[in-house]
Amino acid sequence: MHPVRKQRLYLVLFLVAFSSIAIGLVVYGLRGNINLFFPPAEVAAGKAPLGQSIRVGGMVVDGSIQRSEHNLEVRFELTDYAATVPVIYEGILPDLFDEGQGAVASGQLNADGVLVASEVLAKHDENYMPPEVAEALERSGASPGGNSK
Amino acid sequence: MYFHDLHSALHMDGHGAFVWAAYAITCVVLLLIVVAPLRRRRRLLREMSAEARRQRGVPTQGSEA
Amino acid sequence: MWTFFHKLGSPPWLYAISGSILKYLLPATLLALGVGMVWGLLFTPPDFRQGDSYRIIYIHVPAAAVALAGYYVMATAGAISLIWKMKMADIAMQCCAPIGAALTFVALVTGSIWGKPTWGTWWVWDARITSMLILLFLYLGVIALYEAYDNKAAAARACAVLSLVGTVNIPIIYKSVDWWYSLHQPASIKFTGESSIHPSMLYPLLLMIAAFYALFACALLLRMRAEILDRERRTGWVRKLLEADAV
Repeated sequence: MHPVRKQRLYLVLFLVAFSSIAIGLVVYGLRGNINLFFPPAEVAAGKAPLGQSIRVGGMVVDGSIQRSEHNLEVRFELTDYAATVPVIYEGILPDLFDEGQGAVASGQLNADGVLVASEVLAKHDENYMPPEVAEALERSGASPGGNSK
Repeated sequence: MYFHDLHSALHMDGHGAFVWAAYAITCVVLLLIVVAPLRRRRRLLREMSAEARRQRGVPTQGSEA
Repeated sequence: MWTFFHKLGSPPWLYAISGSILKYLLPATLLALGVGMVWGLLFTPPDFRQGDSYRIIYIHVPAAAVALAGYYVMATAGAISLIWKMKMADIAMQCCAPIGAALTFVALVTGSIWGKPTWGTWWVWDARITSMLILLFLYLGVIALYEAYDNKAAAARACAVLSLVGTVNIPIIYKSVDWWYSLHQPASIKFTGESSIHPSMLYPLLLMIAAFYALFACALLLRMRAEILDRERRTGWVRKLLEADAV
């Protein structure tokens, strides 16, 4: 290869490699701050800060949803199958929010270890199928929904 | 078709506004990225032909350079 | 092989061949897009969980996929421009940017619209969405940087450097759903093993992805044709072209 062009090729490769490593290191270093996400196991272990805005995600525990009679307040529990976090939320829940489905609640942890949520979002997995196929799977014992992290 | 009439296809069980809006915006943008360069090319060819005619001394509708 | 590479660098050759390709590719692409959209909107079953809102997948996923791939096309053109100082590579890189920006915009907007009825929000700062926004900024940055220079050669060099520096963003976007806890779910189309999307839904999706790739090619060639004409207006081959057209 022409020597000048070879030099330019090395420059291009250096550019890509250097920027990838630099940006990769920054992203890796910031990973704790990017997330501020805590699985229930870490919340139960006391690793989540109190009085600071955090996110807790997991599956909504079956039978844990309690809706208040006179206002929009709702209580439920989130689990990662290692620990459970109780959540209080006042507001409208997304359509896809349901027991046995994934959800992410953001808010502040109070002294009792309950997350007072300012926002609750539903999380769905990557499975797409028609309703009949899902019903058939349920009947045969397999769950139509895969796992949600 | 999975919808039994036009109305249910537009309404989509309450999600129709979301779906049709998303498709409409997409179609507009996709058409734009195809049509814009086509029109630019045609405009360029028109301009260049007009200039070539002027240079050859062919009388044009406007004033002579 | 080198002769082909050489031909690619010739404006009249590229102008001629792109014209022949587009004559068939453009109508085929538009047809595929039309068929795919109608198929996805009306002739696929609803999703067991999301209902009809999932139909946005047929435009959201293809737009996002091609926005990512298009960035590599732009960066590769930039690399070729830097190494071989090939004018055609400059033109290709410059023309990729607005198309990539448009597709990234479509991905973000359709994703946002899809997120409202499913997740419950128009926007969330999770890893996938944030890195896609960065991709949009990179594309816009290349467009802006190009306009900032009077000298086209210097502009091309700056844009090539920016494109190359940003390439690390593509694998970040792709792996963001696996590396970080994100609201956005992992990929449904798997390259190894079985996809987690039902075949009746997968086939129209694959058609739309192919159609979007073809659309990128059409848009790129169309844009390059106009740009080549503009830059080469004083040359002999363009003059001959005009004479041939002028009746």
